Amino acid sequence: MTATTLNGTRQLARRVRTHALHMTSVGGAAHIGAVFSCADILAVLYGGILHVDPTDPKSPTRDRFVLSKGHASAGLYAALAERGFLPVEQLLTHYQDGSDLSGHVSHKIPGVDVSTGSLGHGLSIGAGMAYAGRLKSAPHRVFCLLSDGECDEGSTWEAALFAAHNRLSNLVAIVDYNRIQGIAPISEVIELAPFAEKWVAFGWAVREVDGHDHQALHTALATAPFAPGKPSCLLAHTVKGKGVSFMENTVLWHYRIPRGAEFDAALAELEAQP
Amino acid sequence: MRDVFIRTLTELAPDHPDFLLLTGDLGFGVLNDFIARFPRQFLNVGVAEQNMSGLAAGLALEGHMVFTYSIGSFPTLRCIEQIRNDICYHAANVKIVCVGGGMSYGPVGFSHHATEDLAILRSLPNMLVLSPGDLWEAAEASRFLLDHRGPAYLRLDKSAAPATAQRNEGFRPGSIRTVRDGSDVTLAATGGILGEALLAADILADQGIFCRVLSVHTVKPIDTDTLTAAASETGGIVSIEEHAVDGGLGGAIAEALMEAGVYPGFMVRIGLRNTFSSVVGSQQHLRKVYSLDAAAITRTVSAKLGVSVPALV
Repeated sequence: MTATTLNGTRQLARRVRTHALHMTSVGGAAHIGAVFSCADILAVLYGGILHVDPTDPKSPTRDRFVLSKGHASAGLYAALAERGFLPVEQLLTHYQDGSDLSGHVSHKIPGVDVSTGSLGHGLSIGAGMAYAGRLKSAPHRVFCLLSDGECDEGSTWEAALFAAHNRLSNLVAIVDYNRIQGIAPISEVIELAPFAEKWVAFGWAVREVDGHDHQALHTALATAPFAPGKPSCLLAHTVKGKGVSFMENTVLWHYRIPRGAEFDAALAELEAQP
Repeated sequence: MRDVFIRTLTELAPDHPDFLLLTGDLGFGVLNDFIARFPRQFLNVGVAEQNMSGLAAGLALEGHMVFTYSIGSFPTLRCIEQIRNDICYHAANVKIVCVGGGMSYGPVGFSHHATEDLAILRSLPNMLVLSPGDLWEAAEASRFLLDHRGPAYLRLDKSAAPATAQRNEGFRPGSIRTVRDGSDVTLAATGGILGEALLAADILADQGIFCRVLSVHTVKPIDTDTLTAAASETGGIVSIEEHAVDGGLGGAIAEALMEAGVYPGFMVRIGLRNTFSSVVGSQQHLRKVYSLDAAAITRTVSAKLGVSVPALV
């Protein structure tokens, strides 16, 4: 990854966070903490990994991306807008009457293949896409971004078993491992540790990275598959609410809507970032 | 019906290289020929119906037609949210196939019976619901699905009515077939239990009561024209289904008639009434126990018409 690209994805991440802050504030939407958690991952994907083309969003040769943690929709819409899939001005309609930008990811938006929102669905759909790609011997890859909380869902592990058994090396699962789920820390709800070992035991090739380190994310995602004949799992260690000090590592900002002084303070922090 | 479905698929697979048959680890023995001849079009995904349905959606979004295959309520109720969100919302080209409609798997037990599937599946937007009554309809429905685009549900019964097809008759999905004409009362059945309706019609005919027998092979969309004609031209309507009366065929017929403003002389829904099929026994035995068989249909009709019919042995 060149220094220019690296700078570009960092800027993209900052813009994604800023858009999402405005979107959730104006629309009165929850999940800003979950968006900030994966903003760097989305920026690296859309800034340097995914082969996608806004002038041909359905191109058969594109890389596929499934945002299984559909509640981070504001982040995805922002990334897509920055890449030219929809007008940036449309972002502020998010969550409002008559908008196509629903609270959870909608495939009405160009560049979105799969609507999500109910957790535990995305990896199965991604596995289906990867299986289809392999039947065609197509070179594109399928990326699927999961939350850690949705690894409570049994269906996630059904899909994990399937992908390993069928050696879907064109499938990459990225887990946004921020350790806080809907209403409590993972350690208090359903412990996932040893998390990497679980994926390994399920037959996946696993790498762990700092999910806010663009260089590390890019290197890992660019080199997937991590092992021949295996699906790849990138455990991205993240901080929920990353980027705004008072949102970081709090359960509160899974649902809280940024408004008033909190909005101003958050925006000031984002704008102060390099 | 299962064998007819698989035979049809096997026959047509060479012309439809893009369809895939997914099974949730069921179909022991019966899928062997298909697997041997079309290994690239077959996938056993294991005992994981949620994953099977999500996979099917992903495969369909990539241009495949996908059949998901399992028994009883496994391919439907177990994974209903994947069907709703992943298949129906995306209008994905997935055909959900249940073998063992109703109480086909008799003594295996209620866990393997499909007795709420029609109600639940027909409530989903974009879903086509097919429930053939005899082997001809099963073959025609299977054949039709290979050229249909979008979500569909095919409910296959272990039992089947005796052949009802007329010469040169074409299968018209979305319609209701008039299997036998009559004007005293209408018996509208879906699935293999159509055979019980025909048997009841025979018994009643001996008593001078002539039934119009309808095979409702398509439960959604429902053929309102045929139903309103039956409501106005015959004395009343009896719906017959191996399924809960709540929201199933009887519900679909009642909704259609009420909304059309055409009221039958009477309407009775024959089906399971707020009960699980928990008794142990064959499909035939259970039909008798739960008052769904020809004798029960005959009793219902004669009571409604106020005539006495000799008890069946």
